Amino acid sequence: MNIAELSGFIFAGACLAGFVGSITGLGGGVVLVPLLALGFGIDIRYAIGASLVSVIATSSGAAVAYVREGYSNIRAGMFLEVATVLGGTLGAFLTTRVSTGKIAIVFGFVLLFSLIPFRTSDSAQTDAPGDPLARRLRFNSSYPTAAGPQEYTVRRVPLGFTLMGIAGTLSGLLGIGSGAVKVLAMDRAMGFPFKVSTTTSNFMIGVTAAASAGIYLNRGYIDPGLAMPTMLGVLLGALLGTRVLVGARTRVLRWIFDLVILALGLEMIYNGFMGKL
Amino acid sequence: MQRRVALTDEKMEWVISLLLRVGVVSAAALVLAGGILYLYQNGNLFPHYQTFQGEPSYLRSLGGILGSAASLDSRGIIQLGLVLLVLTPVARVVFSVAAFAIQRDRLYVCVTLIVLIVLLYDLLWSY
Repeated sequence: MNIAELSGFIFAGACLAGFVGSITGLGGGVVLVPLLALGFGIDIRYAIGASLVSVIATSSGAAVAYVREGYSNIRAGMFLEVATVLGGTLGAFLTTRVSTGKIAIVFGFVLLFSLIPFRTSDSAQTDAPGDPLARRLRFNSSYPTAAGPQEYTVRRVPLGFTLMGIAGTLSGLLGIGSGAVKVLAMDRAMGFPFKVSTTTSNFMIGVTAAASAGIYLNRGYIDPGLAMPTMLGVLLGALLGTRVLVGARTRVLRWIFDLVILALGLEMIYNGFMGKL
Repeated sequence: MQRRVALTDEKMEWVISLLLRVGVVSAAALVLAGGILYLYQNGNLFPHYQTFQGEPSYLRSLGGILGSAASLDSRGIIQLGLVLLVLTPVARVVFSVAAFAIQRDRLYVCVTLIVLIVLLYDLLWSY
C-alpha cells in the first residue's frame, strides 16, 4: 500500500470513528489508536501521536457550540485542569519510557472499562450538602433548563481532583481524550449536573491533550503524514455527526459500537501480551 | 454589580468560542493544504510506519517547523497546522488569565497561571 492509498483508508476510517463517536457521545478517540495500530500495523507511538492531535481538533470544534449554550462551568473546568495537565505531562513521559506492549495492555483494559455503564446522578443532588471547598472555589453555579436557571452545589472536590489527575495521565499515556473518566469525576464524584459535566469535560479535553501533545511533538511522536488524514477525517466525521438528527437508531449504533470496543479491547490486550504491538 | 459580572462572563464565553473556531479552522486549512502537496509529491512512495524512528529534528522544534513551512516543505506545512491546533487551547488559557485579571478574581488568575506554566513547560522545555 503506498502513501496515497494508506492516507485514503485512514481518512475514511477516521471519518467513521469521528461520526460514530460524535452521535454516540463517546468520542472517536478511543477507536483511533486500535484502528491505526491493529488495522494498519502502525507503531503504537505514531498512532498515539496522531490520535491525540485529532482529539484536540474535535474537542475544540465541539466546545465552540457548548460554550455558547452556557452549560460549561469555566471556573471548575480551569481548576480541575490543574490536575489534568499535570496528569497529561506524567502520562506523556510514561509513554516515552514504558514498552509498547504494556501501553497496548493498559489501552485494552481502558477500552473494556469504558463499556461499564454508569447511571447519571442527575436528580436529588440540589439538596445534598455541598463541599465548603467548592464554595470557596466558587464552583456552585446554575445552568439553563426549560424551567429557567437551575442552581447546583458541588461536593467531594479532592476526590474529583484526584480522578481528574488519573484522567489526564490516561489521556497522555494513550493519546485519548478520556472524556468518560472526566465525566465520571464530575457527575458521579462531585455531583455536577450531567449536562454540565459533559460540556465542561469536553472543554477540558483540549487543554489536557495540548499538555501531552507538546511532549509528543518534542519527542518526535507526531508524524505529519499520518496525523494529516487522521485529524482531517475525525474532524469531518464529528462535524457531520453533529448535523445528524439524533433518533432511536443511536441505540442500535451504540450497541454495535460497544461490540467493536469489546473486540478491540480484547485484541489490544492479546497483542500486548504476545508482544505483537 | 452582579449584572456586570454576568455580562463579563458571557463576553468571555463569546471570545473563547471565537478563538477556538479561528484556531481549528486555520489549523485544518493548513493541514489540508500541506496534505494535498504532500500526497502530490509523495503519494507513490511507500510508508514505513511499522517501525518507530521518531521524527527528524526539524519537525520537532517550533523554529525548525516554521523554517521548513516557510520553504514550502509539505510536511513542515502540515506540522505547522498541527502546532497551531495545539496552541488553540493554550491561547484559550492565556485569554482566561487576562479575563480573570479583568474580573479581579485573584484566585483564578493564580489557578489559570499554574495551568499555563505546565503547558508552556511541556511545549518548550520537555526534551
